[in-house]
Amino acid sequence: MADERTFFNEMLEETGEPRQAYARLAQWLEDKPANFLTKKSRDAEMVFRRLGITFAVYGAQEATERLIPFDPIPRIISAAEWRRLSAGIDQRVRALNAFLHDIYHRQEILRAGRIPADLILQNEAFLPEMAGFTPARKVYAHIIGTDLVRVSENEFYVLEDNTRTPSGVSYMMENRETMMRLFPELFQSHRVAPVEQYPENLRQTLESVAPDPAKSNQTIVVLTPGIYNSAYFEHAFLADSMGVELVEGRDLFVDSGKVFMRTTRAPKQVDVIYRRIDDAFLDPLTFNADSMLGVPGLFDAYRAGSVTICNAPGTGIADDKAIYAYVPDIIEFYTGQKPILNNVPTWNCSRPDDLAYVLDNLEDIVVKEVHGSGGYGMLIGPTASKREIAEFRRVLEANPSNYIAQPTLALSACPTHVASGVAPRHVDLRPYVLIGDQVRITPGGLTRVALKKGSLVVNSSQGGGTKDTWVLED
Amino acid sequence: MLGRTASSLFWMSRYHERAQNVTRLLEVGFRGAIISHSGQEDGTHWTFALSCSGCEKDFAQKYDELNLRNVASFMIFSKDNSDSVRHCLELARNNARAVRTSITAELWEAVNTTWIEFNEVNPQTITQEKLPDFLAWVNQRSHLFRGALLNTVLRDDGYFFSQMGNFVERADNTARILNTQYWTLLPDSDIVEDGSVERYQWSAILRALAGRRSYRFAYPNARLKAFNIAEFLILRTEMPRSLAHCYDWIADTAEDLAQFYGSREPSLDLAAEISRELSEMQMREIYQQGLHEFLTEFVGKNNQFAQQLSEDYNFA
Repeated sequence: MADERTFFNEMLEETGEPRQAYARLAQWLEDKPANFLTKKSRDAEMVFRRLGITFAVYGAQEATERLIPFDPIPRIISAAEWRRLSAGIDQRVRALNAFLHDIYHRQEILRAGRIPADLILQNEAFLPEMAGFTPARKVYAHIIGTDLVRVSENEFYVLEDNTRTPSGVSYMMENRETMMRLFPELFQSHRVAPVEQYPENLRQTLESVAPDPAKSNQTIVVLTPGIYNSAYFEHAFLADSMGVELVEGRDLFVDSGKVFMRTTRAPKQVDVIYRRIDDAFLDPLTFNADSMLGVPGLFDAYRAGSVTICNAPGTGIADDKAIYAYVPDIIEFYTGQKPILNNVPTWNCSRPDDLAYVLDNLEDIVVKEVHGSGGYGMLIGPTASKREIAEFRRVLEANPSNYIAQPTLALSACPTHVASGVAPRHVDLRPYVLIGDQVRITPGGLTRVALKKGSLVVNSSQGGGTKDTWVLED
Repeated sequence: MLGRTASSLFWMSRYHERAQNVTRLLEVGFRGAIISHSGQEDGTHWTFALSCSGCEKDFAQKYDELNLRNVASFMIFSKDNSDSVRHCLELARNNARAVRTSITAELWEAVNTTWIEFNEVNPQTITQEKLPDFLAWVNQRSHLFRGALLNTVLRDDGYFFSQMGNFVERADNTARILNTQYWTLLPDSDIVEDGSVERYQWSAILRALAGRRSYRFAYPNARLKAFNIAEFLILRTEMPRSLAHCYDWIADTAEDLAQFYGSREPSLDLAAEISRELSEMQMREIYQQGLHEFLTEFVGKNNQFAQQLSEDYNFA
């Protein structure tokens, strides 16, 4: 377990005085009666449930729709901190898109020997079908959620780039709405940068990468796997707030190289698909033949340039955990600049030296599956039992190239409402970035919080909650 | 609008209407159970509810005894009975969820909160004393749904498909209840004694179709009479659950839909035809044709209309 004194407390200085950005919030928390937050939390939960802001949990019977616990205390980021973060994110997402264009075309970065060719070409996330194809504006990853953690006053690390179909943005929006309803007086005493422009920005981004951007009425759709998907609420939310149709694969068909949706009247041609299904399920003719979710012929229509798919197929290679360690090189290679945001030092278990180190230090480090997500299939050394470590050691030795390892980071902590009152809990941050005719970063993002004392796992599937994230304006 | 969206809106309304209709049948059964008088076999009043909702056989396969606990469990809470209140509310909610973007927040909250609160009810707690209140609650929630639909939804194609679903289901329900009991509504049943089985059935039919009080207003000087009851529930347009009333709505909605899209489809003509037939029909002619034959044919036509509608507008 992380030593309680070594983590960075975002609200309080070591002296116990609140930091400047948190000064008003700290005072406000002190002024409120003891059960005030408990009551407000209950109000918030009722609102979320009635509005149907739920996520589905796989494998759980009956109550398959759950609420993500919502913590009513906001996380605050100062204007200066945000400027630096957003510059770093901007740099990173531009470099990743340049990287994607390169590896699906001339592969300069491989020729230059900056990344081992096998790591790309043998990677399951690399789609040979994308080779030689150039999407509109050369943008591959249009929607990115960059996972960040903070370890000290000035040190942020990027944990993951999430260049496929990052989720959670609806919680960012709904958390803000809920907070404005619960605590109007707090908003009056802070200048909080708004997030409500996100759907409009998303729509602008999608329109800007349409096959014919000059067309005045672009038909945009959100493609969902359907109501049983864990993020269905978000798919509906985004379609609704952009004013576009929410479609399933069976609502679309391809005719003469164009994509249409089945309406109550004549079929309507679709220009841009914001898809929330994985590459493998997009098109049973090109990828997974068993897919019931996709649209036969979609990929050919895409390559013929009659429709834009966002994010592009094959973007997963840019957030592959085996590629992650090379992102600093990728940034330098394509931008000529030093990375503004740090990578977490990473051991690649496919390298014998790295593997040896990892096996010797399992008690102190975090080991993750290369293709895993959601906090599953990972070992957190410092909190694992002897038996768990021994078991994991066997699995790791059997298939080392399936794993990477990182030091256990002392995630920063924010004041959080808990049974005993207010206490620091560890958090991460996922800002949402849109890349089209320009790069648009919504100030703030989704803060996930590990509600259990000392826990470093913030995933909602593992008992994490969320917080509203405030970027203060100067 | 997506064809699938149209379909979901249609079925969302249909299932909410069905939930309410099943509830009313149970209210009738419950009433019969508590006032059952000597001479009647225990449990027969439940047969009315089961047979009107068409699940008598399924029930008999699952339960030995016809009593409140079993019938309530089967018709309200069962996951196996595709017409249970639970199943209807769940499907109404799933359909609403699939078109979350096409309905108003008010309508969604009505559907979603109903399902959440229903789902939180432990069936064991719905005892004989609690049943009437619980049924009344489901009924109220259905009215809330209709109210939210009427008061908040934009009058576009989505609204029209929702209305179609509602009235197709209502017409089907009315016709089926009448058809299950048609023999009590034949003109020669008019010569009956007070307190006879027929009288009990008449009043059950009227209650199941929420028309017991309004019947008295529609026929101010008349006592319960087979001819009048049949006419009231089939041909009188002022009765909101009569076949004629349902098809008034459907035909008007069909007109709206034709205007909205600027074209007429076969289903819309079919709606107008059924509506016209009902408005020109006299009760005597129906008796001449045979009440049972007439109702059976109507159920078929109503189905045919729904089928044609789904073909014309690409319901998925």
